Amino acid sequence: MSANKYLFFLGCAIPYRVSAYEISARKTLQKLGVELVEMPEFNCCGLPLDPVSHEMMLVLAARNLALAEQKGLNILTLCPGCAGTLKKVNKMLKEDEALREEVNKHLKESGLEFKGTIEAKHLLQMLVEDVGLEKIKSSVVKPLTMLKVAEHNGCHILRPKEFIGFDDPEDPKTLKTLIEATGATCLDYMDETECCGAPSVGVSDKVALELARDKLNHIKTVDAQAMITICPFCHIMYDTNELRIEKTFNETYGIPILHYPQLLGLAMGIPCEELAFNDLRVDASKILKQVMEGEK
Amino acid sequence: MSEAGQKLIKASEMDPKFKYEISKMHGGEKLMRCFQCGTCTSDCPVARFSDTYRPRQIIRMAQLGLRERVLNSDTLWLCAACFTCTDRCPQDVEVASVIRVLRNLAAEKGYVPQVFKEQASSILESGYAYKIPELRIKKRESLGLPPLPKGNVESIKKSLQGVGFLQFVEKQGEQKQ
Repeated sequence: MSANKYLFFLGCAIPYRVSAYEISARKTLQKLGVELVEMPEFNCCGLPLDPVSHEMMLVLAARNLALAEQKGLNILTLCPGCAGTLKKVNKMLKEDEALREEVNKHLKESGLEFKGTIEAKHLLQMLVEDVGLEKIKSSVVKPLTMLKVAEHNGCHILRPKEFIGFDDPEDPKTLKTLIEATGATCLDYMDETECCGAPSVGVSDKVALELARDKLNHIKTVDAQAMITICPFCHIMYDTNELRIEKTFNETYGIPILHYPQLLGLAMGIPCEELAFNDLRVDASKILKQVMEGEK
Repeated sequence: MSEAGQKLIKASEMDPKFKYEISKMHGGEKLMRCFQCGTCTSDCPVARFSDTYRPRQIIRMAQLGLRERVLNSDTLWLCAACFTCTDRCPQDVEVASVIRVLRNLAAEKGYVPQVFKEQASSILESGYAYKIPELRIKKRESLGLPPLPKGNVESIKKSLQGVGFLQFVEKQGEQKQ
């Protein structure tokens, strides 16, 4: 299996409202020599329906794994929710023969079969494990030494550890290392691994917004110029909702929320117009100007 | 005092079989290991901002067999599935998964928040959990993005017909009409 060719699993949230993440990821991955093959057909990873039917989630996830097996390619996702689900179900079905048989009974109805021959990875894991930090560092032509930013990993890229297992959920380092590879400083702050609150939207908006506000307060305290995310849901929570949080709680942030590939793209010298910065709700022009001036 | 704790527990409410039912389900196996230390609640990001959601309490209610109380509780749907409780439990109880098992049981009883019904119908109609506007799909080309992969709706339905998924969504559809 080719190390730099993947079946690209976009998920639902990204095409729905987070195009900037996809655009910037495709640009940077192309520059890093990573080839993306589109899914032949698509269905949701299953995660959103796990709360109402675990079995339903298993079948939806297994369908995607089986489709990837037919293509003979490992899956790459930008969404930690999709990555976590596909990784978890992949591991469960590989290890539990009885469960595999049960799920395969359902897949058989549509001519599919889970065999357990591929892996699924999130962008972050793929960048450190397959592309490698050295290659990423050497792709940086405009080090972003003028920027001090804060990372936000979110939950599903780290937990539950049993199924994710490539970083330390209590003290995650991967995203920090990747941010520092761009030349930017990655600041420490309080409660870095705290949830963004997105899953509570619709059930209790109050809890969701308070969680997001808490994080923005911690990031503001350390004077971060931007927050860097790797999850479409976390991004919606902080970027789309930042203004709403400011109004609800009478706060002022003005902190732009960047997708990691946007940051990396800037460092690689990709023009900012190609990295969909105008798609962000919170204006990032201040830091973009700083990056431009830093170039001189 | 939380919503569920406001009423005294009566012995007649307790169903001793409930814990075994949960323990048989995938993710619920380790329910009985919980010794109520409270690590889950103290580390829960939702509990910090919610007056009612307490994972330890939900686990205890499940152990005691307070079936109706726990399955009818709105707080059950507040878990953000961040899995902090699962990772930090000293007894290795998969707290978030036990809560998911309870949600699944509540769903079987027909108690499902609207958002899940909408996502389930959307997956059956398009493969995607959200109804992606046509305009956005068309806009992809001008953004230099490849066409969005389509959902094979017939194939999805065939895979899911045995899991009660179709019946679930169809039942929801009938209720809407």
